[in-house]
Amino acid sequence: MSQPILTIKNLTKKYGENVVFHDINLSVNEGDTIVIIGPSGTGKSTLLRCINLLTRSDAGEIWLDDKEITCKECDEDKVRQHIGMVFQNFLLFNHLTALENVRLGLTRVKHMNPADAQLKAMQELERVGLQDRAGHYPGQLSGGQQQRVAIARALAMDPRVMLFDEPTSALDPELIGEVLEVMRKLALEGMTMLVVTHEMGFAREVADRIVFLEKGSIVEEGSPNDLFYHPKNERTREFLWKITELYGKKDTEQGNG
Amino acid sequence: MDVASFLKYIASGTAYTIAVTLIALPSGLVIGTLFALANVYGGKVIQRLTALYSTIMRGLPPIVLLFILYFIVSGSINLSPFWAGSISLGIVTSAYQMEIIRGAILSVSGGQMMAARAIGMNKIQAIRYIILPQTVRLAIPPWSNEAAIVIKDSSLVYALGVPEILRRAQLISASTQEPFLAFTAAALIYFILVFVTNRSLDALERRLRIPANP
Repeated sequence: MSQPILTIKNLTKKYGENVVFHDINLSVNEGDTIVIIGPSGTGKSTLLRCINLLTRSDAGEIWLDDKEITCKECDEDKVRQHIGMVFQNFLLFNHLTALENVRLGLTRVKHMNPADAQLKAMQELERVGLQDRAGHYPGQLSGGQQQRVAIARALAMDPRVMLFDEPTSALDPELIGEVLEVMRKLALEGMTMLVVTHEMGFAREVADRIVFLEKGSIVEEGSPNDLFYHPKNERTREFLWKITELYGKKDTEQGNG
Repeated sequence: MDVASFLKYIASGTAYTIAVTLIALPSGLVIGTLFALANVYGGKVIQRLTALYSTIMRGLPPIVLLFILYFIVSGSINLSPFWAGSISLGIVTSAYQMEIIRGAILSVSGGQMMAARAIGMNKIQAIRYIILPQTVRLAIPPWSNEAAIVIKDSSLVYALGVPEILRRAQLISASTQEPFLAFTAAALIYFILVFVTNRSLDALERRLRIPANP
């Protein structure tokens, strides 16, 4: 388990003069769940997009399984097949049913035969508890269900790493639980995950490591216990205080008790 | 000749009207779609060129363009007025169809492209399987409008001497001194053609509608 599956070296992203993040170094071991927290506008989402090459970084390297994926000759489409991505606003393909959403990548990208793809897509839907919604279109599903289908769609590609970009931020409060539950299960199954979220309860419970990103650089990283109860940095302390204030005190109270 | 045979003479121009439309509309759709894709996903130069094409084509009266294109087309290759007129009309409508398709592509959210790329599709696959199927649905209502315009504008090829409905109506009007009868007959045929087309496209739109909860 000590072999890193994903290594980020000195990664920098700028939009013109505006530096989104600078000199990010991060190493993710197989099976780890890393939660990235930080104020909005500090480049958390951009970092995830750089990792699966939806956005090109300006400097630095990203390595996936001993292969650099940021090289000029790298085939981005190949790389993305191995990195699953879940978006804040689900982004299911609106004209396809839940099953077709999950199946499309299998038939068109992995060129699996239709029968196998159908079976595999159904299994992935079962994994997120939505086998009975296979024939529903995104417009017929709740936000929580849509996000679970989106997770199944990403999982179907058998990715090495799953990236979650604020997967519950667009959900009504009562729908957040079902999505977090699926993610918790994935983490337990040993999926390697990078999660940007403001769900501190999830972070504390599921994360192997929490990374606090602010103003484009990593301020502090460590175990949930270290960051929540013994933050070394004043800014980490302030941010966590603010966010627990905002998202409900019960998290810290329970933790302290 | 009696009234019935006059009317029959005018009505037999319908074949030309339909034929001109069936050449102009699909060729305009193919050119328009390709140009719309080039405009949205192409590089800066391609974007400018397609935008210029659209601006010029839409900035002139169709009949003027028809004459210009007719003389260019028939000057370079030997074509009958029917083919030259149909192709010219196809070029005119391609600019309008380009704008319809472009608008529809832009209303499919950029996130759809991103999600497609995220599962490892290349740009072409994403356009083919994700963007275009949604574009088609959004484009049908405005496209239905353009189809009606092309059916009606097919009457312009009468100026090139194609014996379609309007041309025949005019001949009958001149020879019988019954303009009201001749042109009303022509109007009725055009109306039926447009009406049936729009109704069919409405039905297609309903059939392709993506189910959603209210």
